[in-house]
Amino acid sequence: MSDLFEFLCRMGDNTLVLGHRLGEWCGVAPALEEDIALANTALDLIGQTQLWLALAAEAEGKGRSADDLAMLRDVMDFRNVLLVERPNDDFGHTMMRQFLFDSWHVEMLEKMRASSNAEVAAIAAKAVKEVQYHVMRSSETVIALGDGTQESHDRMQAALDAFWPYVGEMFHDDTVDEAMAQQGVFPLPSAQRAKFDGRVAEVLSVATLKQPDSDFAHMGGKNGFRHTEHLGHLLTQMQWMQRAYPGMNW
Amino acid sequence: MNNPDAPVNREWPLWEVFIRGQHGLNHRHVGSLHAPNAEMAMLNARDVYTRRKEGVSIWVVPTDQITASSPSEKGPLYEPADSKAYRHPTFFDIPDEVGAM
Repeated sequence: MSDLFEFLCRMGDNTLVLGHRLGEWCGVAPALEEDIALANTALDLIGQTQLWLALAAEAEGKGRSADDLAMLRDVMDFRNVLLVERPNDDFGHTMMRQFLFDSWHVEMLEKMRASSNAEVAAIAAKAVKEVQYHVMRSSETVIALGDGTQESHDRMQAALDAFWPYVGEMFHDDTVDEAMAQQGVFPLPSAQRAKFDGRVAEVLSVATLKQPDSDFAHMGGKNGFRHTEHLGHLLTQMQWMQRAYPGMNW
Repeated sequence: MNNPDAPVNREWPLWEVFIRGQHGLNHRHVGSLHAPNAEMAMLNARDVYTRRKEGVSIWVVPTDQITASSPSEKGPLYEPADSKAYRHPTFFDIPDEVGAM
């Protein structure tokens, strides 16, 4: 499997899995306005998935389509980071997960606009405008809830404590990252950590939340080594129709 | 006096949303929404009312800051103008060269 294919699957699987997670809120979010905003964000991410996975399928050159990659691969073939497959839990967890992912996503996309791969640069240029909005919105929400009532503060702190061990994986370089950085396709994740830390520290401080001390990081999502049990459950929901009615179209 | 047993209003405040469709046009009232503060009202307005490229500028105004006329006052407010057709400038002959006014 080529490094480029692997990298494109990581981008597409992150947005696919997180987009599906956000879609789970559709119709049951705590306020109508949040419901619409989460669905908008989910649709942005699914739109980006179509672009990344279409490019991945092309790079692979085995005649698979973006839909084939999204709907017909099993857990071990997914390359998303563990953070995005974590369950929604309460609204606070959902927004904290979103904020941490958006803060990584926006830094990477801003850099990828100058990618040596013209198609990667074009997708990044389109996606970054959507993601700049996502991070604006998730930051505002983390601040509002963190610096809100005692209960909302406690829930946001609990969410931060729960998700912090999943941050490290986003910035952990492996051989795919190193190859992509060498070719100028994708910036080295570890080199973006300082900007991420700065952004996150600023928001958390306004939100009166305390960043956990530990650097411990769960790994195994983006290299497909060990996904959490939650991804399998998500895929049974997301892929059931294509599996029950193979090749179905509408 | 505050009644400690009164139900707490847990709804976010209501905001009125005005959107400028394109440069040169006025902001038009498009609807309302709930939000905890002005910043979130702006973001909610973006998500609820502009996802099909409806606007180039958004105003949000707390609904309780709007003073509205009361339907029961429509007599004194509007009826005096009913009998004063001469206030409409419809009695002038407009030269053809002026075109539509």
